[in-house]
Amino acid sequence: MSFLTKAASEAGMTDKYTIRVGRGAVTDVEIREVGRAIVFGEIPGVVALVGCANYPKGGDEVAQIAEEFLKRRFIVLTTGCSAMDIALTKDEDGQNLYEKYPGDFDAGGLVNIGSCVSNAHITGATIKIANIFAKRPLRANYEEIADYVYNRVGAVGIAWGAMSQKAASIASGCWRLGIPVIVGPHGSKYRRNLLGRADKEEDWMTLDARTGEEKYVGPAPEHLFYAAETLEEAMVMTAKLSMRPNDTSKGRAVKLSHYIDLHKTYYGTMPEDLHLYIRVEADLPFTMKEEILGVIKEKGWEEGKIGMLDPTLLERMVRRK
Amino acid sequence: MSAKMRTGQTAEIAGPTKANVIPQPKVASSMIKKAKRPLLVVGSNATNVKTNDGDLVDSSIRFLKTGVAVVATGHLVKTFRDRGAEVYSMQFMNLGDRLRDPGWAGFDGEGPYDLVLFVGTLYYMEWLVQSGLKNFAQDLRTISLDNMYQPNASWSMGSMPMKNWLTALDEILKELEEGK
Repeated sequence: MSFLTKAASEAGMTDKYTIRVGRGAVTDVEIREVGRAIVFGEIPGVVALVGCANYPKGGDEVAQIAEEFLKRRFIVLTTGCSAMDIALTKDEDGQNLYEKYPGDFDAGGLVNIGSCVSNAHITGATIKIANIFAKRPLRANYEEIADYVYNRVGAVGIAWGAMSQKAASIASGCWRLGIPVIVGPHGSKYRRNLLGRADKEEDWMTLDARTGEEKYVGPAPEHLFYAAETLEEAMVMTAKLSMRPNDTSKGRAVKLSHYIDLHKTYYGTMPEDLHLYIRVEADLPFTMKEEILGVIKEKGWEEGKIGMLDPTLLERMVRRK
Repeated sequence: MSAKMRTGQTAEIAGPTKANVIPQPKVASSMIKKAKRPLLVVGSNATNVKTNDGDLVDSSIRFLKTGVAVVATGHLVKTFRDRGAEVYSMQFMNLGDRLRDPGWAGFDGEGPYDLVLFVGTLYYMEWLVQSGLKNFAQDLRTISLDNMYQPNASWSMGSMPMKNWLTALDEILKELEEGK
């Protein structure tokens, strides 16, 4: 036994924290109940808090992120070190988030999927959405499923303390399926970011599966792998990256209201890129309609310039005859 | 200034081309004055670094007043706004990518920047952004104004005691303010 272990032995024996059991795969039944709401954007998104514990300022940051999105009725999934650190963070009443929020795979639920290796169940859940709701065959069909997830499923992974090779491979498993991943500042040391250029319209052209027409859909999601510098930046970016080209107007309005609210809280102003995410007036969050219209019209916004289509990046998915 | 080329990270090799240490504050202020389109990048750590005039956000506001464009990374722009200064805002890694792109016309659309200054950033993130710029934006000059040597910049203040660094930073700002 080392001196360090001996010195911490009493704390180790007496410190106790409650954690929801790692539950494994999300079942087909659960997917059927919420899949439609996720695809149409009524549940604003799925946030997966994964990865290692190399946080820039301590483990309670993960709990802060989780609580912010739980309050906003996102589905929050956790695995591995992040799941444990959420259990270690208690509020002033001595409760952690597992004690405060339900464990359902539903809006406002906090679900501990399991160990770090169980991240495959999170990507698996998005694959099941494509399989169950769009009848996309699973066998030898990765491209179509990734196309579906990228364009429709508002899932975002956050590996706030990512540092290991394993976390990097988990992140790449997400982004190749079309799920954006945000890492903490230490994640920049992977020497790789997959950054989009919102200012280049030609980068965001997507096919309409109904007609084959190519149309601008706005930078949604803008990045696929992104190293954030601060917690606040990561939270705003999470709300932004949950938007997808296929969002219904109702879904886009809900997602925009979270993005705007978080941006106002942490940046002090309206986001400057709102005009890139509002396709028609019906996308505007009802309570902020006049305020937002003024902002986006100053930027030269026109209704209908951004397409609302059946989006796909694959030509063979176009159904025209 | 007794600055040293001692880096803040071990087991990180910056390559054969390393930043020159700025010998005198005058050299830095002269480079900034001569630049046609200088840009100061202020990182999220700026509020944690105390300077003679408050903190690095206050020092950056002084830079802004001398005509240097300022961009805040992370969510720091709110701090600037709270102190009455309007600056640009962009995520750090995204900004690195834009600075690398010769076709990017800058925040005001008037063309690329020719000199980029860095201050108050997270050391290891600045290291990586500057590594990208050193290799892929070779016409762009970069200056690290923090008090830890950044080998991937074109010029760095070098590693020096806090007291000396505060004096040097103040001298750079005074030179700029006098020559405005």
